[in-house]
Amino acid sequence: MSVSTTRNFKANAAEQLANETLRGALTKSKGHFTGGRATAAANLPEFEALRDQARDIKNHTIEHLDFYLEAYEEKVTEAGGQVHWARTAEDARNIVLEICRSVDAKAVNKGKSMISEECAINDMLEANGIRAVETDLGEYIIQLRGETPSHIIAPAVHLTKGQVEESFRKNHTHLDPNRVLEEPPTLLNEARTILREKYFQAEVGITGANLLVAETGSSIIVTNEGNGDLSQLIPKVHIVLASLEKIVPTLEDASTILRVLARSATGQEFSSYTTVSTGPKREGDPDGPEQYHVILLDNGRSEMLGTEFQDMLRCIRCGACMNHCPVYQSVGGHAYGWVYPGPMGSVLSPGLLGVDEAGHLPNASSFCGRCEEVCPVRIPLPKLMRHWREQEFEKHLSPGAARVGLGLWAFFAKRPKLYQLATGIEMRVLGWLGRKRGRFSSLPLAGGWTKYRELPAPEGRTFQSRWKSGERPQAGGTR
Amino acid sequence: MSASDRNTVLSSVRRSLGRSGPVDAEAAAKLRARIKGHARNIVPARTDLDDAGLVDLFQTMAEKVFATVERVSDMSEVPGAVGDYLRRENLPAQVVMAPDETLDAAPWSDNALMEIRRGTPVEADQVSVTSAPVAVAETGTLAMFSGPAHPSTLNFIPETHVVVLPASRVVKSYEDVFDAVRAQMGDAASGRNGLPPRTVNFITGPSRSGDIEQTLLLGAHGPRRLHIVIVEDGDQTG
Repeated sequence: MSVSTTRNFKANAAEQLANETLRGALTKSKGHFTGGRATAAANLPEFEALRDQARDIKNHTIEHLDFYLEAYEEKVTEAGGQVHWARTAEDARNIVLEICRSVDAKAVNKGKSMISEECAINDMLEANGIRAVETDLGEYIIQLRGETPSHIIAPAVHLTKGQVEESFRKNHTHLDPNRVLEEPPTLLNEARTILREKYFQAEVGITGANLLVAETGSSIIVTNEGNGDLSQLIPKVHIVLASLEKIVPTLEDASTILRVLARSATGQEFSSYTTVSTGPKREGDPDGPEQYHVILLDNGRSEMLGTEFQDMLRCIRCGACMNHCPVYQSVGGHAYGWVYPGPMGSVLSPGLLGVDEAGHLPNASSFCGRCEEVCPVRIPLPKLMRHWREQEFEKHLSPGAARVGLGLWAFFAKRPKLYQLATGIEMRVLGWLGRKRGRFSSLPLAGGWTKYRELPAPEGRTFQSRWKSGERPQAGGTR
Repeated sequence: MSASDRNTVLSSVRRSLGRSGPVDAEAAAKLRARIKGHARNIVPARTDLDDAGLVDLFQTMAEKVFATVERVSDMSEVPGAVGDYLRRENLPAQVVMAPDETLDAAPWSDNALMEIRRGTPVEADQVSVTSAPVAVAETGTLAMFSGPAHPSTLNFIPETHVVVLPASRVVKSYEDVFDAVRAQMGDAASGRNGLPPRTVNFITGPSRSGDIEQTLLLGAHGPRRLHIVIVEDGDQTG
């Protein structure tokens, strides 16, 4: 599996918060994604009903996952393709390597695949002397920089165009060093030209899958650039990397998921390219791969089935939760320390890596609920994060200070008289201290808060005492 | 692959689902019937239109995603329209064209200035011309089926993709496209042997990327330009 630094979430997050360049990049992307989704949802009256159906389709499939996987395998085989089962990331790597070696591959073209990231396929290929070429523009950029994706659909969302220019100048040394390369179109053209040649050099193309269809044994990829298609059409071998839960029963079910996917992801009604692939090229076909392999990855998912985390297996990887998450939008994807960032990562990563490793992540939430509100398959992400927090607490994995603090709070909370007395004194003292400015810019024990923003000073009395003395909100307004 | 990995994964799935083996025969029959019936889910009502309305909606939606669309009255006007388009866009009058029957119906030799090669594209080809077997009004989406006369690479390698679309082929939804796929699969004469085409490409506008600061750029790896010529009376050949 790819290396995780989720244990260092706090330190990672602190570091990213201090990164001004990241701040600028994230601010630019945020409105684009949230505004786009809102418009797309508003333009389709059936959107909410489609979300319900998408949820139900995924639930139905997950509950009969073994049946649909076997049905799917049968159809892939009928179409001349081959299905490989991988229990772990290591199994998946071995299968990929075996296929690459069987055709003596020197280079592999890659469409964007999060499963490939999860399994660290590129590192394995490079270690075995096989060149891995990421062809998605964002993935290509971060590959040049030796970075990992910071977002599941926009891998380079953390970078500015200046940083992209810097990477291109550093890596494309055969080009004129004095060329003009400032604006996104010139950057894109340069990448396009360089990747063009590479499409024709690879023996193997690897893509992910947004969906697998049991009815026909097809894999479906959804892209905008067309790189996934070139990666799978030109080389003689096409390998699809997909996790078990990508399956749906029929093409009609796929249509429903597709209707909510692009709208939730980028705000497009439909992505530029949605490609349904079934088996290798047919007799008489002038192009297409001669071999078609699908690697079905489990890697911990089957163990999430039947637990309170089963809902997470509905995820269609649109990225809406992270686009709408105040925590992700502040710290960016790299802080999360593993392949899947944001709310979906905070639920999935502890499931795949274990709560000992990734237990910090479910704490990275303000529980504002935006993620659940926008999730196209209605995954109750805040509830699932709360389940992980409970497990973390029960396993005594949460930090000492938090446990002592919670214990102290519980002591008072169980003694209402004492609680009211103590909070009453606290509010009066804080109210008196803050009476001039109305807010604090530093406060003992609250440095984590006041380092980045000011704390409003209380007005002097607690809610409970005001309520008791008969104070009520005025009609038509908040006091 | 080893058979044991397959069994380990399937057993793990079954154990988690609270079963010791496959679903029972009755349940399996129901699930098979669900696949066979492939019932439609909600299809957006925006396509509740007559034929002319569907073609209009297709055009509106395709233009929204930066495809360019023009209409001609029949196949005899197609070569002229394609030639004019290439001139307008300052593109070379050299095209690589799918060897398909729909395109055979147009009098290409009338346009002596255009150099045409039929077949698959090479890297140097700048313009491709294909027909589309079907197109979806809902989102302005073309659907391409790979096959001997329909190389998929024509949809991706050249920088400009010109698509000839008989108006009668505009359908409402993706579901309609899949019905067309199934009809071909079941048709012995199609040579599909019960299989869908190797590749069904749904194409909605030209290639694009937002990977650099979310700036929308056209022509990331696939075509920079997608030009659709709708032929009002274009399906004389069927």
